[in-house]
Amino acid sequence: MAPALTRLPDAELARLAAAYRAAVAARRRQTLLFLAVLAVLVLAAARVGEVDPARFAANLPRFTHYIRDLVPPLTWANLGADLAEWFWGWKSWGRQLLDTLLIAYMGTLAGAAGAFCLAFLASANLVRSRAVLFATRRFLEFCRTVPEIVFALVFVVAFGLGPMPGVLAVAVHTLGALGKLFAEVVENIDMKPVEGVSATGATWVGTVRFAVVPQVLPNFASCALLRFEINVRSAAVMGFVGAGGIGQDLLEAVRKFYYTDVSAILVMIILTVSAIDLATEVLRHRLIGWSGER
Amino acid sequence: MTRSLREAALADRAGLITRHPRVFAADHRGRALTLVILAGLVGLMLFGGLRFDFSLARLGSGLAQLATFVGLMLPPTPGSLARFVVYLHALAETLAIAFLGTLTAALVALPVGFLAAKNVVPGRLFHFGIRRGLDVFRGVDVLIWALVWINVVGLGPFAGILAMATADFGAFGKLFSEAIEAADRKPVEGVASAGGSPLHGVRFGLLPQVLPVMASQILYYLESNTRSATIIGVVGAGGIGLHLYEQIRTFEWQQVAFLVLMILVTVAVIDFVSARLRFLMIGRAEPPA
Repeated sequence: MAPALTRLPDAELARLAAAYRAAVAARRRQTLLFLAVLAVLVLAAARVGEVDPARFAANLPRFTHYIRDLVPPLTWANLGADLAEWFWGWKSWGRQLLDTLLIAYMGTLAGAAGAFCLAFLASANLVRSRAVLFATRRFLEFCRTVPEIVFALVFVVAFGLGPMPGVLAVAVHTLGALGKLFAEVVENIDMKPVEGVSATGATWVGTVRFAVVPQVLPNFASCALLRFEINVRSAAVMGFVGAGGIGQDLLEAVRKFYYTDVSAILVMIILTVSAIDLATEVLRHRLIGWSGER
Repeated sequence: MTRSLREAALADRAGLITRHPRVFAADHRGRALTLVILAGLVGLMLFGGLRFDFSLARLGSGLAQLATFVGLMLPPTPGSLARFVVYLHALAETLAIAFLGTLTAALVALPVGFLAAKNVVPGRLFHFGIRRGLDVFRGVDVLIWALVWINVVGLGPFAGILAMATADFGAFGKLFSEAIEAADRKPVEGVASAGGSPLHGVRFGLLPQVLPVMASQILYYLESNTRSATIIGVVGAGGIGLHLYEQIRTFEWQQVAFLVLMILVTVAVIDFVSARLRFLMIGRAEPPA
């Protein structure tokens, strides 16, 4: 080993070691305190949440049974016919799934259009009036915080059963979520084009159209696509409250214990969602690449 | 200044156009593409409107109905003190579902996240399989998981906790594995060169790097789960959603408004607390990308 290695004087070493031990002990105490608080919270939450490990353990066989019942009887010799039997309702389920996609699409587009209009009013770098900023932001926050299902429940009462309240519920929630994201994008733009355009005497709308929109459009489209992905998932459960789509069939199958129907519908939903995820990812990469070229 | 730049430019408009033809040339191809895309988007929208029986009459009468509902919502009130206590308990249930669901999901996902990280366990096929497995948990909505768990443990918040944990397990597994893959290898190599075992490398080289990121993600999910937990009661899995569902079904609009207000306040408080905690932990308040 290197002989040049020096040793600190003992007094110095003892002082440093003590300081090190004190620092470690303080960190340990902090961690312990954090764990204690966490444990208390967990116990309190478990009490309120009626967590019952005994019931869980006793019913776990039911879970495995349930999963086993979900698996359809498939045999190698007769695979084609078995699959046809499993997906016996694929035509109507497929139609419902397409409706679900359409609900998600219409909700996303309508919500994105609304968010596009409101986002500029919620951006601190374009709007000087604090009142307008405050009002737009609180409105967007309300739309975003109230869950879609709640909007759907109210809209079903107001507009009647069917996909229409589902579309509106998705649209309102999307308006809130995308409005915030869009506003954040707008607040991060390069302000020089805005100064340039307003220096020519353009109106506020003209400034937004020629200085802001070209900068933010690819980002907006990317956000909207991501939102579409999320909305497909939520449109799939709109049917639970009578707002259209595949959820209705799924709820019925679960409630009536048609096990293989449940798994068939779930498989179709998962496949559709994965396909949409892949497609939007490819599209988003192309969008961002396209914006990078320009 | 007697003449503004604008007036000067307008006076010399023809000259400007001849001197800079490229700036003023119309972009026909770009415009046609934009028009085609717009036509496609709007066309699909119209098709959907027709298919789903959208009509101005229906929209108008629905909006009028909504306006009356909003009128009936004022002033929001829980009805009686006893009901208020019931609602508070339901709200506590909602928080418990979000908290325990998120925590359970994170605990279960932690080892799986390590397994799914390319730099911890090599092997393309294994990696692909575990990622797709996580996608299945992620792809199914929490309400659907709630329906499944209700069949196992019965109605109530316990089913909600399990549903939340199942749905988030997939998301956390993916996020954790990505955080681990993004971690710097050098500290791990340093631990190994000091004579540490691979386990030491994970504990002292990897964990200190990824723990703050993971904690921040967990807090972010806690916020979003508080929102989901408010509606999980719609299918009978506990929390305030059940009451909301009942009050909407029975047209008790004042109580509906009160419940929505309770949810809004709770979500705001949780967001605030979680943002502060995140800031304390990693020095920034934004959700991890």
